[in-house]
Amino acid sequence: MRRTSPAWALTRGVLLVLFAVFFFGPLLAMLDYSTRKDGASGRTGHWWSQLVTNPDLRGAIITSLLLALFTVVLMLVLLVPTMIWVRLRVPGASRLVEFLCLLPLTVPPLVIVVGISNVYAWVTYLFGDSALTLTFAYVVLVLPFAYRSIDAALAAIDAATLSEAARSLGAGWVTVIVRVVVPNIWSGIMGAAFITVALVLGEFVFSSLLHFDTLPVEINLLGKSQSHTSVAASLASILFVSALLLSLSFVGRRSRGTKGTTR
Amino acid sequence: MSRARRLVPALGLVPFLLYLLVFLVAPTVTVIVLAFQEQGRFTLGNLQVVTSGTALHALAESLVVSVSTAVIGAVLGALLAYIVVTMPERSLVRRAVTSLAGVLAQFGGVTLAFVFIATLSFNGVLTVALKSAVGIDLYGNGWLFGIPGLVLVYTYFQIPLMVIVFLPALEGLRPQWREAAVNLGATTWDYWRRVAIPLLTPAFLGSLLLLFANAFAAYATAAALISQGQPILPLLIRSALVSEVMLGRHGLAYALAFEMVIVVAVVMLAYTLLLRRTSRWLR
Amino acid sequence: MIHTRVLSLGLGAVLTVSALAACSPPPSDSGSGSGDKAATATSADDLGGMDALVKAAKKEGTLNVIALPPTWANYGNVIKAFEKKYGIKVKSDQPDAASQEEIDAAQQLKGTDRAPDVFDLGQSVALANTDMFAPYKVSTWGDVGSDFKDADGKWINDYGGYMSIGYDSKKVPAVTSLDDLSKPAYKGKVALNGDPTTAGSGFSGVVMASVLSGGSADDLGPGVDFFAKLKKAGNLIPVDVTPSTIESGQTPVVIDWDYLNAAETSKLPSWKVVVPSGGAVAGYYYQAISNDAPHPAAARLWEEFLYSDEGQNLWLAGGARPVRADAMVKAGTIDQAKYDALPKIAGTIVNPTNEQTTKGAAYLGKNWAKAVG
Repeated sequence: MRRTSPAWALTRGVLLVLFAVFFFGPLLAMLDYSTRKDGASGRTGHWWSQLVTNPDLRGAIITSLLLALFTVVLMLVLLVPTMIWVRLRVPGASRLVEFLCLLPLTVPPLVIVVGISNVYAWVTYLFGDSALTLTFAYVVLVLPFAYRSIDAALAAIDAATLSEAARSLGAGWVTVIVRVVVPNIWSGIMGAAFITVALVLGEFVFSSLLHFDTLPVEINLLGKSQSHTSVAASLASILFVSALLLSLSFVGRRSRGTKGTTR
Repeated sequence: MSRARRLVPALGLVPFLLYLLVFLVAPTVTVIVLAFQEQGRFTLGNLQVVTSGTALHALAESLVVSVSTAVIGAVLGALLAYIVVTMPERSLVRRAVTSLAGVLAQFGGVTLAFVFIATLSFNGVLTVALKSAVGIDLYGNGWLFGIPGLVLVYTYFQIPLMVIVFLPALEGLRPQWREAAVNLGATTWDYWRRVAIPLLTPAFLGSLLLLFANAFAAYATAAALISQGQPILPLLIRSALVSEVMLGRHGLAYALAFEMVIVVAVVMLAYTLLLRRTSRWLR
Repeated sequence: MIHTRVLSLGLGAVLTVSALAACSPPPSDSGSGSGDKAATATSADDLGGMDALVKAAKKEGTLNVIALPPTWANYGNVIKAFEKKYGIKVKSDQPDAASQEEIDAAQQLKGTDRAPDVFDLGQSVALANTDMFAPYKVSTWGDVGSDFKDADGKWINDYGGYMSIGYDSKKVPAVTSLDDLSKPAYKGKVALNGDPTTAGSGFSGVVMASVLSGGSADDLGPGVDFFAKLKKAGNLIPVDVTPSTIESGQTPVVIDWDYLNAAETSKLPSWKVVVPSGGAVAGYYYQAISNDAPHPAAARLWEEFLYSDEGQNLWLAGGARPVRADAMVKAGTIDQAKYDALPKIAGTIVNPTNEQTTKGAAYLGKNWAKAVG
């Protein structure tokens, strides 16, 4: 379609505005609600200051951030070598790995957590019962999204040729994976990491039903007594995650330039 | 190469497989097995409760919410995706909408519930504004904290999700096909009816199914929004696990979870099949 | 192609891991050095008297409590007073948890340092889990009637109240009887504290409605019908009641325990509490010490504190009726002013037994969602 009729351009504009109101209106409402004085008029920063001054909320924020970090690390350690290995050495297993990685999308997290209590009894027995043990479950939950991101990056480079070249120059498999392939799929890895952080910061099913105090659990709890603080914390979380995900689209765009040269 | 040597590289997969076995497969198998157990003995009793009044009611409500948000999300999302596709590829608006869709589709959970609590609850911004300006009581009898509220809130992430999933299909409609149809004497309506819509239908249905599964399995938003009552299946599972009035319903929780697995598995299977049909045209 | 051998290997792995996951890990040794003696003490004398108990508890230094909201029967001040008196740090976990979650937490955290030391449970959950309680008789054991304690000392009622209707006199007209609530003036204003199929307070609200509508603790039909009527008229809202919903005016009429409603009056002077005549539904909560308490001496000292005059009066300050009230009135140690300020009870008192509660719960499980959903 090379020319857009004025009627369509107008309709399009109106519809886009309506969508924008639906999606951004509530976010602005959050900003208003979280800075409102309860019962009086005027603005206050009290609810936002709770993010640092309220010990439970502060602890929950730190817990969630640490969980995000640990999950990213464990996920990368588990997934990246496996996917590279499969692509280079066991290509027959790629369908199996793909199926397994997309399986968590089919099993609702609620179901997994209902059946996981025995497994977690072992986990807390072996590792103590800090909230950070949620890492193990979270890696499973982020698997489908991380897989897609890394797979797309792996598909874009010719990993086989790269690895052959490196091997012929005397590199061992570890060097191939770490120093040859990984730097080339960096955008995919970053994508996987960012999506993981976004998911972990919002994860509620596991943490609430296993009785751990992560950020969403704390937000939910505070919602009953101080809904303004909950809204402030939710908005902060949304802004942080949005910033991460938006920067993803920029990271992806920059490396797209190199895609055409390797085919 | 002997068979043993061929299997050695496969050993590199063992850590990954083991991990999934313990943290994904075992819990799922546990749920399926325990759904048929009561105090350690095999029984079909839990299945009986699942097909009884309250559980069936919750399943029906879950289906209502999932189907309605899937349809609304699919239609509005397809519309938004179409708007995006008709804009030039490098246009700022198009890139902005695509990126934002990627962000908004990840919304959900507890934060989304509070987005709407801030807007529409008893002392929410919009409620207060409308009440003082025009006298309309938007809060009413607390509809936000029931099924209607849930449908509205779920739509918030269903529409962007639809945009992300359906956009590649719309982008796959090559302009050459339209030109060819016009050359053969087709009108716009003919093009849509005979070429575009049949091509897009599998993708549209597949995306609809994905939206359905997404809404059906969602827990966090409902748990944060609906503090009292268990109108939908996931909340009934929560009640079965934590109720202090009706005890010993862990078996029910397992049976209900098993029910969820079946519904979502069927839907995802249909989705995969439809995806395969669509990908034929997107090459 | 995946060979059948690999497939069968995979299946075998799945089954093995599932079987492993199905068994529980070995129980770890709970309790530290001094804990052993305190863990089996059934009274303060077993440890050599109150002073020895205080010493052992101070040595442990910490107490884990669970599901104790600060505004519930004045628990916030009870905890503060205990901490101040003995210098023992009280860790209050999950204040919003329900009784069943207390038991779940104890089972999940068994053997760890975070497991709850003591429980405060609703009737059904308490009586269903007595094998998790350690028998202990506080020094004021004799003051409590035999109906309110376990003969072996496994549990003892701590405080109780009656189902009541609380309302904001500035926002709604005065409530004199239950039927007032179905009037149009109360549209979108009435809330139960908790879902009756999940929370004890919600359940007792339905019992009260039943008793007042021609039913009884055995027949909850009239109660469910009453709430169905309320829902249909648009008067009932499905919102969980918290101090913030009361103060913001979101729930101007609340059906809840009288001590929880009374706690609001101190914050909102226009909040009034009434126990409808002819429908006094009583409910007591159950106090118990966990068998696997990581701090057994502190747990026992906590109970001694709760059942001392100071502890009981602190609960009274929260509007709850402490279980030793009668004995304390006779001895003159009760806070008479606060005791007289409690809502007056007229008519017969209904105290549902465990059997009635179980039957009622089953009835609600089948009929509540349909009526109100």
